[in-house]
Amino acid sequence: MRHRNAGLKLNRDAAHRDALFRNLVTALFEYGKIRTTDAKAKELRGWADHMVTLAKRGDLHARRQAMAVMRKKDIVHRLFAEAAERFGQVAGGYTRITKIGPRPGDKAPVSLVELIGEAKEEKREKRRTGFAGRKKAGKAGKKAATESKAAAPAPESAPETPA
Amino acid sequence: MPLPKHRHSRQRRDKRRTHDKITAPKVVFCPQCKEAKMPHRICPNCGTYKGRSVIEAKE
Repeated sequence: MRHRNAGLKLNRDAAHRDALFRNLVTALFEYGKIRTTDAKAKELRGWADHMVTLAKRGDLHARRQAMAVMRKKDIVHRLFAEAAERFGQVAGGYTRITKIGPRPGDKAPVSLVELIGEAKEEKREKRRTGFAGRKKAGKAGKKAATESKAAAPAPESAPETPA
Repeated sequence: MPLPKHRHSRQRRDKRRTHDKITAPKVVFCPQCKEAKMPHRICPNCGTYKGRSVIEAKE
């Protein structure tokens, strides 16, 4: 019986899974939206919600708990700075998953995970400088979460003329 | 080791295979661009989902 066995194993052992989701959740808060497989996206929701909950609590202990999960200090600080404003009204469910479809190569179903609410423009500026800084630092910035890549910034939405 | 004693007839073989069939994927039409797309997924042609969610830039 699989009573009370929530969650997926994703063909990984506990350490591997832990590392994977730490990467993913860090990437999610860094870029705001990331692409990953449907299964990982669904599991990621819980991790993301936990981080936001900690950020809304906002005390030092919460910050340290978030640091223990997310791999980038600046991302944690940014989340803690904007969480109350961005997610204050919402009680859970801080992510939105939109299915994209099968990925070329292995036909794995891919989703787009994004944080709800509007990111502040000023934050985006901050991120850009942060990235440049990390780039200069060398390999330190080259983490590339296992699976996820930053979703393209989605330039214009103008639908093409129907074919 | 158990071994088959008799050859299976074509009829038996084919009856077994009646369940080996594939179904066509479901298709809906994008309300935005009228292109065929998979249900509950972003339209790969125009990159919209439920009108608002304009996420992917089209190809």
